[in-house]
Amino acid sequence: MNDKYEAVIGLEVHAQLLTESKAFCGCSTKFGNAPNSNVCPICLGHPGVLPVLNKKVIEYTIKMGLATNCTINQRSTFARKNYFYPDLPKGYQISQYEEPICEQGHIIISLSGSSEKKVGITRIHMEEDAGKLIHDHGFETLVDVNRCGVPLMEIVSEPDMRSAEEAYQYLTKIKQLVQYLEICDGNMEEGSLRCDANVSVRLKGAKEFGTKREIKNMNSFRNVERAIKFEINRQIEIIEDGGTITQQTLLWDADLNEVFPMRSKEEAHDYKYFPEPDLLPVIVDEKWKSEIEKYLPELPENRKERMAVTYNLPKYDAELLTQSKPIADYYEKVISVTNDYKSASNWIMTDILKIINEEKIDIRDFPVAAEDLGELINLISDGTISGKIAKEIFPAMVIEKKKPSAIVKEKNLLQISDAGEIEKIVNQTLEKNSSEVQMYLGGKEKVFGFFVGQIMKETKGKANPKLVNELLSEKLEALKNKIIK
Amino acid sequence: MLPYKNYSEKFLLIKEGKLSLVENVKFFLSEIEKKKNLNAFNSVFSDDALIDAKRIEEKIKTGEHGKLAGLVIAVKDVLSIKDKPTTCSSKILKDFNAIYTATAVQRLIDEDAIIIGKTNCDEFAMGSSNENSAFGNVLNPTDITRVPGGSSGGSAAAVAAQLCDVSLGTDTGGSIRQPASFCGVYGLKPTYGRISRFGLTAFASSFDTIGPFATNVEDLALVLEILSGKDELDSTSTDKVVPKFSKNLTLDNKIRIGIAKEYFGKGISPEVKDSIDSIIEKLKENNIEIVEISLPHTEYTIATYYILTTAEASSNLARYDGARYGYRAAQNSNLPDMYKQSRSEGFGKEVKRRIMLGTYVLSAGYYDAYYRKAQKVRRLIKNDFDNAFKNVEVILTPTSPFTAFKIGEKTSDPIEMYLSDIFTTSANLAGIPGINIPTGKNSEGLPIGMQLLANQFNEMDLLKMSYFIENKIL
Repeated sequence: MNDKYEAVIGLEVHAQLLTESKAFCGCSTKFGNAPNSNVCPICLGHPGVLPVLNKKVIEYTIKMGLATNCTINQRSTFARKNYFYPDLPKGYQISQYEEPICEQGHIIISLSGSSEKKVGITRIHMEEDAGKLIHDHGFETLVDVNRCGVPLMEIVSEPDMRSAEEAYQYLTKIKQLVQYLEICDGNMEEGSLRCDANVSVRLKGAKEFGTKREIKNMNSFRNVERAIKFEINRQIEIIEDGGTITQQTLLWDADLNEVFPMRSKEEAHDYKYFPEPDLLPVIVDEKWKSEIEKYLPELPENRKERMAVTYNLPKYDAELLTQSKPIADYYEKVISVTNDYKSASNWIMTDILKIINEEKIDIRDFPVAAEDLGELINLISDGTISGKIAKEIFPAMVIEKKKPSAIVKEKNLLQISDAGEIEKIVNQTLEKNSSEVQMYLGGKEKVFGFFVGQIMKETKGKANPKLVNELLSEKLEALKNKIIK
Repeated sequence: MLPYKNYSEKFLLIKEGKLSLVENVKFFLSEIEKKKNLNAFNSVFSDDALIDAKRIEEKIKTGEHGKLAGLVIAVKDVLSIKDKPTTCSSKILKDFNAIYTATAVQRLIDEDAIIIGKTNCDEFAMGSSNENSAFGNVLNPTDITRVPGGSSGGSAAAVAAQLCDVSLGTDTGGSIRQPASFCGVYGLKPTYGRISRFGLTAFASSFDTIGPFATNVEDLALVLEILSGKDELDSTSTDKVVPKFSKNLTLDNKIRIGIAKEYFGKGISPEVKDSIDSIIEKLKENNIEIVEISLPHTEYTIATYYILTTAEASSNLARYDGARYGYRAAQNSNLPDMYKQSRSEGFGKEVKRRIMLGTYVLSAGYYDAYYRKAQKVRRLIKNDFDNAFKNVEVILTPTSPFTAFKIGEKTSDPIEMYLSDIFTTSANLAGIPGINIPTGKNSEGLPIGMQLLANQFNEMDLLKMSYFIENKIL
């Protein structure tokens, strides 16, 4: 980015709430059912139907408000956002407008170089989702109403972000929070988390904002970063070339890595908001609020602190392990089986995260159960197998989905920890390699490693390395003393 | 002629075997057929009604029956009944069958009432004369050259012409009380929130109410009792206790009547005024306290009403777009065109006028000047009534400034038409209950109506005073 300019970015995030039933009727929110099967007269918008608000929607939104340090308004109201589209059966979306439920919050995001930044939350409000249009059906367009009325929470940030990286970190934080609160699964690719970005640029130090453009249709975290980067650079180019920025709505094209303006007709909307007369104001009294607060799950910051202290983990480990709730959950399941907290952290941070990042899978779908990893770690610490063998067993656990003890037994990988047996092998090795023994006795102590290698080779890696080291030093020391005498 | 004056008499006759319910339903069906020219019904459920009559007659004989067993009811065609046409008297829903039943209708059915058919009305309940129906005018049974009033014209005419015992209408700005007045029957608009709106096709959601038409106060009270009460499907319905209206009609507490000068100004026909004045005199003679009151914001009711109801209507009627159900224009080349054509062809003139008006008052740049300001005035009008009801229990006004007018007389001038509701819209703005009491006839034999209003959830005093007037004054 050109040093003369800075970007000003605000994000609008829509999070699909994980309620069992829809926002205003009793229909299921289950994803993937046959088209138009999760429907009733209410979400179909038939004449005479009325919405009844699902209390869970309020609770979930309040949770997010509390987690983002918002003021929870004692009274909030619903409004109608009016527009025509075939995926919107009533011709309006029930949303909140002038009186949202949560306002004036903030979150802290971590930036590279271990710096932090506070990003303001303007508001969080409740609304309903629209249906889906299916266009790939010859000349016809089909409507699937299943998603109509699925509850959404819209989180609007202040224009506090100054780079695509900050936007990315903000979005990551939002995802982390909704997952910790268990109110949204946070999956952008499947559309349960959606993000629109308002982007403008201005000369560094300028007080006024530049003209903003809105980017829509970014369906992954990386695409949000890419699209914003692209748009910032383009706006700077336009200004540098003497042009002016006009207000536009843009669509991100993930295939071309570019943004394109929407047709102006599509964006010329006057939504004619007005208070929803079919719903009463939402009243949240102190009692209800504190009840929700009391049962708020542990938030990522707290969990990071707790895990670092309780398990004596380095800050770096705690940070990485708590980045996503499922990973932190996995970790704590592992250490419910083993007391080797640091090993557990190492295994997850290196071996597991590598695989799930490469395979792009969720840790919840990782084939090795946390308890089995715990068992593997125990097998090392109690000397049953060596660390080296453990690294060999692990891929087998992933692929064959077997318990570590079963693999050890099956492949006869038990560590040799019998001192007598190891002593025998040490003696044999020293006898077989008399010239190397002479080198060692002559002062070339580096040959020690060679002996260890030979012993491991002989035992197919099963010899307890600690015992090998001990016995080998003992023997060599004895030989040395003999010569001196 | 019917051999009974009200439902309790009818029930006794059936119970004692002196009246066959099946014959009674057959009588209504034949009357409906005979008076087809009135055009009061959009659909008649002859077969179902006869089957019900037979079944319910049995229930009455065994003693295991609902509270409205055998009451024959016609329902305004804006209320949903499962698998029955629900047209709202609009071309856009001409062939539409509801897929569920409105709570209000279900409560009647659950008490063994017989639903005989669905009545004609102004399209989407928008109108004061029933001339806005896509299925033609309803004629006034007293004088078929005149309108029955609107928008529940079919429901009022059906009761007046003895095509049913009781009917359901809806009242957004006078649509029960004004046609009741024009047709000479009782009609009650309850407190907003008293009766569930679930299944009532919305016109103006914060104004719409459902209420009964009947030939007598007792039947009104009984049906109101059944219809009232909290419905989990309507968030705006209240869980306020429902009094046993029908059992407590005797005037046994002090009810003071307020007369607001703002409701007796110019524009009111002399014959209407005389009729009501004579009632007031008789009330005084009967030691009813009459108190002069003032409702100072009355002059703003019509303007406020038309801004707010059209705003809500423009949104409520957006769902009729030809995309999923209802009428879709045959000729259309793209999506916006389909919307435009379907709605242009499907809606009538008055509905389109109101959608445009409502869209305008909600538009960016106009919202504050119209919608928001009207909301504030609505609050002032409500305050007027709150103040008035500190000193009186009911307020007495004419229902309409005039009696039923000639068909076509006001169709060219919407403002003139809107004025026929000048005394009724305030109750909907304030959410209070109101009733039309037929007080007599003018020199041409046309019914005159008087309106009583009461405070929110005080239908009891309203009904008591109406019952007193019905039995002691008229």
